[in-house]
Formats: sequence, C-alpha cells, structure tokens
Amino acid sequence: MRKFTQSMFFSVFWLTGIAAVLVMLSVAGYVVVKGFSRITPDFFTTSPRGGLSGEGGILSTIITTVYLVLLTLAVATPLGVGAGIYLVEYADQSRSPLAARITSAARFGVETLAGVPSIIFGLFGYALFVTALKLGFSLASASLAGACLIIPVIIRTTEEALKSVPDSYREGSLALGASRWETVWKVVLPPAFPGITTGIVLGAGRIVSETAIFFVTLGGSYRTPSSLMSGGRSMALHVYYLAMETRAFDKAMATAAVLVVLVVVMNLSINMISRRISRNAR
Amino acid sequence: MDQIRLKTLDYSLFYGEFRALNRINLEIPSNRITAFIGPSGCGKSTLLRSFNRMNELIPGVRTEGSVQLDGGDIFREDVVSLRKRVGMVFQKPNPFPKSIFDNVAYGPRIHGVRNRSRLAEIAEESLSRAALWDEVKDQLHKSAMALSGGQQQRLCIARAIAVKPEVILMDEPASALDPVATVKIEELMNSLKKNYTIVIVTHNMQQAARVSDFTAFLLTDENRAGNVIEFGPTDRIFTSPTDRRTEDYITGRFG
Amino acid sequence: MKKKRVEGVMKTVLLISALSSVTIVLLIGFFTVKESLPAFRSIGCWSMLSGKVWRPGQESYGIMAMIAGSGLVTLGAAVIGVPLALGCAVFLAEVAPGWVAGLVRPSVELLAGIPSVVYGLFGMVVLVPAIRGIPVPGNTGFGLLSASIVLAVMILPTIAGVAETALRSVPRSYYNGSLALGATRWETVRRVTIPAARSGILSAVVLGLGRALGETIAMIMVIGNSVVMPEPLTDNPLSVFLSRARTLTGNIAVEISYATGLHESALFATGTVLFILIMVVNFSARTLLKAGAGGEVSR
Repeated sequence: MRKFTQSMFFSVFWLTGIAAVLVMLSVAGYVVVKGFSRITPDFFTTSPRGGLSGEGGILSTIITTVYLVLLTLAVATPLGVGAGIYLVEYADQSRSPLAARITSAARFGVETLAGVPSIIFGLFGYALFVTALKLGFSLASASLAGACLIIPVIIRTTEEALKSVPDSYREGSLALGASRWETVWKVVLPPAFPGITTGIVLGAGRIVSETAIFFVTLGGSYRTPSSLMSGGRSMALHVYYLAMETRAFDKAMATAAVLVVLVVVMNLSINMISRRISRNAR
Repeated sequence: MDQIRLKTLDYSLFYGEFRALNRINLEIPSNRITAFIGPSGCGKSTLLRSFNRMNELIPGVRTEGSVQLDGGDIFREDVVSLRKRVGMVFQKPNPFPKSIFDNVAYGPRIHGVRNRSRLAEIAEESLSRAALWDEVKDQLHKSAMALSGGQQQRLCIARAIAVKPEVILMDEPASALDPVATVKIEELMNSLKKNYTIVIVTHNMQQAARVSDFTAFLLTDENRAGNVIEFGPTDRIFTSPTDRRTEDYITGRFG
Repeated sequence: MKKKRVEGVMKTVLLISALSSVTIVLLIGFFTVKESLPAFRSIGCWSMLSGKVWRPGQESYGIMAMIAGSGLVTLGAAVIGVPLALGCAVFLAEVAPGWVAGLVRPSVELLAGIPSVVYGLFGMVVLVPAIRGIPVPGNTGFGLLSASIVLAVMILPTIAGVAETALRSVPRSYYNGSLALGATRWETVRRVTIPAARSGILSAVVLGLGRALGETIAMIMVIGNSVVMPEPLTDNPLSVFLSRARTLTGNIAVEISYATGLHESALFATGTVLFILIMVVNFSARTLLKAGAGGEVSR
C-alpha cells in the first residue's frame, strides 16, 4: 500500500517534469519551426520598409540590437565589475563604520534592483534620461536605462566569481608586499575572468530579450540609428511592433525565431564557460 | 651573542575583545632558525603572522605593545615595504595559477623590476637557492600548478626569496607534504639561514629539534590567551626545560 | 609613493561603482515618486486607488481596474503555475534520475531565457485563438485566461529553480535518517524534506508572484488592455477570466509615450503603486528565505 502511494505520487512528479519539457518544446519549437519556415536569405540583409504588411527584413533591428548591447555593456560592465570587486575584495578590509554602511547599502541596492520589474526601469529611464536630461527617445536613453537593469546581474556574478578564487592566492600575493589592487589585478582577476564573462553574457542576453524598457525609451523607428541620439528598434521591440501594430504575424514569428535561437546560443555559451570553470576548479 | 633581528615588547593581540596573545616578549636572533612550538590554538601562528602584519587582514584585530624589525617599529613602517623585508611561506603551498617563471618574477615585478634579463637572473638565483632550479630549468613557462606538492612549496620559498627579504616566516611549511619532500624542505632551511633569519611554526616536535637553533614554547593561559612560556636555545629547551609545562609538553609528545 | 596613490585612486573608483546599485534604487524611487506627486495631490491617493474609471480624456484616473487586473492574472498564474513548478522542483530534486534531471533542468532554464515578447507572440498566435473557441458571448480570446496561462509558464522557472535549491539544501542526513527508520522515499520527502524546506519553497512562490506582478510586454499582448473592471461574462463567476483586463504594468507601457500633464503623473502614480506592491512581495520573500536559513541553524 505504501509502495503504491509512492508510485502514485512519483508518477505525478514525472508528469510535471515531462510537462515542463513539453511546454518548453512547444513554445520554443513552435516559434522556431514556424518562424524559420518564413525566413528567406534577404530577411537578414534588408531592413524593414515599414508599411502595414511589415515588408522587408530585420537588418536595421539587428544593428540596433548590437548597438544597444554594446552601449549597455560599456556602461554596466565597469560599474558592475567594479562594485563586485569592492564588495568582495575591499569591503571587509576597511574597518571604518562608514565603509560598513556603504557595503550594506550596496548589498541592499543589489537585492532590491534584482526584484524591480523592467517597466519600472523603463518609467525611470523615461523620466530621467528621455525627459529630464532631454536625451529623447534614443539609443543613449535606452542604453542607460538598460544598464540599470543589468548592473545587479553583473555585480552578482562578479561577486560569485571572485569568491571562488581561493584566499591563499590573495595571502600569497599580499605577503610578497603587493598592494590590494596589485593583488586583485594580477592574481585574483585572471582566474575569476571566465566567471565574470558569464555575467556579462547574461547581461547581454537580458538586453537582447528586453522589450518593456525599450518600448518606453527607444522610440521605435525601424531605421538604422545614425547616432547616440537617434531612436531605433531592437529585434525584440520589432517583434512587438509587428505583432501589435502591423499585425504581420509571419514576420513577427520569423524575428522571434531568430531571437530564440540567439538566446539559446547565449545560454549554451554560459553553460560551456561554467563547465570549464568547474573543471578547472577540480 | 647573536645580533637581534626581530623583537617584541609587551606585544598583545586582540580579536575584538578577546585577547589572543598576552604580553609577548621575544628576541629573535639574526641568521638563525627560531621555532614556535605549542599545542593547537596557542597563538603561535598568530604570533608569526604579526611579524609581517598579515593579521591585519582579519577584521577587528587590534594590537598593543610593539614589534621591532632591526630596531624599527613595524607598525610605523609602510606595510608594503615591511612585507618586502619579511617574506612568508604558508602551510599549504599556494603558487599562483601562472607559469613557474611568473610566480618567481611576481614579487620583483611588483617592486618595480621590469628588465627581462634581470628578472631571469633573479628567477635563476631564487630557484637555485630554493633547490628547485635543476628540476624546473627546462620548463619555466609551464604552469606552477603542474608541480608536485613538495616542488610547489619550494617554488613558494623561491618566490619569497626573489624579493630579497631579511626574514622568512614559515607557517608549518612541511605539514602538507610527504616525508621525502619534508626532508628536502628541512635541508633547504638549513642552507638558507646563512642569508636569512627564519622563523618557523611547527606541530612536529622532531622537526623543531632537528632544524631550529632557538625554540619558543607557547601555551594558552586560563583566559585562552597565548603566552610564551619559555624561550631559549633549542638544545636546552629540549634537554633541560626550566618550566614544568614545557617539560610536560615535550616529554608527552617527544618521548 | 606611486603605489600608494594608485591604491587610493582605485579604492575610490571601486567604492563609487559599489554605490551605483543603491544610487539607482534611490534615483528610481525619487523620480517615480516625484513625478507621481501631482497626481496624488490633485486626485487624492484614495480616490485613485479606489476609482474604477480610468478615462484620461475626462480627467478620471482610478486604477482599481488595473489593480484588479494585475491581481486576478497573478492569481490565475499562481493556480496554474505553482503546482506545476513545485512538482517540477520536487521531481528535479528528489525523484528524477540524474540523466533525466540533466534534460529537464536545462529545459526549465531555457523557459526563463525566452524573451517575454516571444511568449506574448506565442499567446497571440496560439493561445488566444484556442480560447476564443470557448462558446461564451463576449469572449474574444484576449483576456485574463490567456494572460494567466502565459504568465504561469513565465514564472515556472523562477519558482522551480528557487524551490529546487531549497529542497537540495536540506541536509542529506535527514533524508538518510528517515529512510533508515523504514520510511519509503515518498514518505521521507513528504514528511522530512518538504517540511524542512518549507520556508524556501514558500519564498520561491512569493518571488514568482513578484515576477508575475511585474511582467509587462507579454501581458499587453494577450490580456486585451481594456480599462474597465473585469466582470464575469456569464452567471458563472469563473467566466471573469474570459473578460479582458489591463495590468498596472500595461497601463504604464501603453500610455506613457503620449501622455502629458496630469495623465503622465497618474501613470507614474501607477508605477509607484506597482513599485510598492512588488517591494512588499519581494521583502516578504527575502524575510521568509532568511527565516528559513536561520531556522536550519538553530535546529
């Protein structure tokens, strides 16, 4: 009887596990299969031409996405990695109560930001960058708002990566008369580098998938942006406009398929880096 | 009488409110090997780490009294230049995940040596002194992580020597090694004392008796603070200790 | 000395970057609240929260309908998604053989990676037409049910991931101890492992709900965006889920780019309400998680 109860419950758990895989396969599979059946070679080499049928390809949206990722990372990487380094390598070293307060404030900030929904980042970006700083709907506004989204991601992964570097390396370097920074730069960062890279790729992935923030900061023009101050349309945003405004579902599906493949590739590369890290750690 | 290299004067160390070292007075002679012995938790490693101020990495550590290197207060000295003068070898070999050459060159580079041939000279000299040169001279650009434990520890000694310290602190340098590698390290210490003052912490009584010239016996008092019970030439400490506690400890472990 | 100077400069630079996160939080709080003050002042906090009519043209800014929309869609997503996600978590942590978990876990992680606009599109193209088939007058397919299903899938990886971690962090000795007393694996999981991981599991659910409240784009695409209070379409109260609705997040996104004056301020006020709501939810999740961790130690 007890055995029977167990097999009954365990079958239910098997079902939920299988259901999760099926859901993933049906969403990703449907989008990829449906989407790629609509893709022609010129889909990648031409830009949207506007119009109600969503003519043209996605070239300009790819370019905008690349710009957006690069600009966001240019802002978020130094801040995020720097913050991670401070929290792991410096925070506990300073005895001043001020430093302790800064550390707990920074930790609070990271924890809080991780839970803030992206539309709030968008709303904030709209108020500060688009309106108050008069940057308008532009790459500049969008990438600053996007940076706010991924800074906590990069801080967290940097912290994890640094914590995985054994303390004996730090002690060895400090005992030779190296300063804190020399130790961090020459001894701690090199082995932590792959881990930090996963954080940066993770952040890039968030920017590629993000729509809400850019919906309210990037404008939405389908032309290729010519400067930091021009608006634009990332691939994810393009999917939204195609589906909601032009109702060009085939093109939307094709663009979504490209997005899904991109995200899968990014996830795989993160997994590969992490696996290499854990292999080296052994 | 030997010249005195390191000296502590009523030196106490606190973790927050807890007194870990109680009024230590010691004079460590130049170009000799001085061993700190005592049971676990008696503060011998903490005392050792006082000489290059490594304890300062632990939050909440506070000291009283003074520690002098060549008559100068080490707490007034810049910590970077102090650690250049007082090198350290750790319990577990801790080479950096870099090449053998880069490990040895790390210290000199930090302290401003840029010239490649000069670095190569320093590396050869340090590795020779650490009795490692012959084993690694053809593979200087291989990762240090590929060396055996004993070789790694000798590399760490070479790395410490490369910055031309006056004192080398060794925190149970052979406890993670096999007996053959241990013998090598002990022989090495003997040859190094011509040029350096060596202070070693060891759990192994035979090792202290074999290698050291002077021995300090530490023990915790009723408040769990570490005290130096007895200090003197190693032969005397091991053959005719004046304090009964020293005798108990040595005979309990040694006989 | 040059070394000292470099050290000092780097320390300051790193310290400033460390403050970036909390600065962003403060800026977000400041701007959202500052921009919403005019609305709260001239409309009144309470009449905004309890007002059922949102008609910017006539200066009516009640967000009750959106609160109801967000609440109902989160409830719907929880009813569908939580059992599935927790089942997955138990499956991955306790039931699945290693190689099966090695297939299921990446699938769940991939669900987390799929962009929300893709979920929205999938919902529009597949789910909405299917639900349109339910023969109820006024049912367009767009509405709370479609949105709940989409959202349930979107929060699955969050809940499953955190809950699995909580289950795995229960010391193996508890499990072995129970098996050694002759309990079956299921009895052990049910009476030992799950209770020990209780607070972690609970916080996983709460975190998932926070995610659900914050989702924007996928919601706009499938929920219909009607500003009217969701009402049951038939005598059956459950048919409220076939009604169209709008979420707090959607309200902001749909209207912000053309809103001005009081209207714009009212949208920021919507943001403030959302922000506070989500802070409360996340704070309780964190408290649960910490309480759980503390409990483990004291036991």
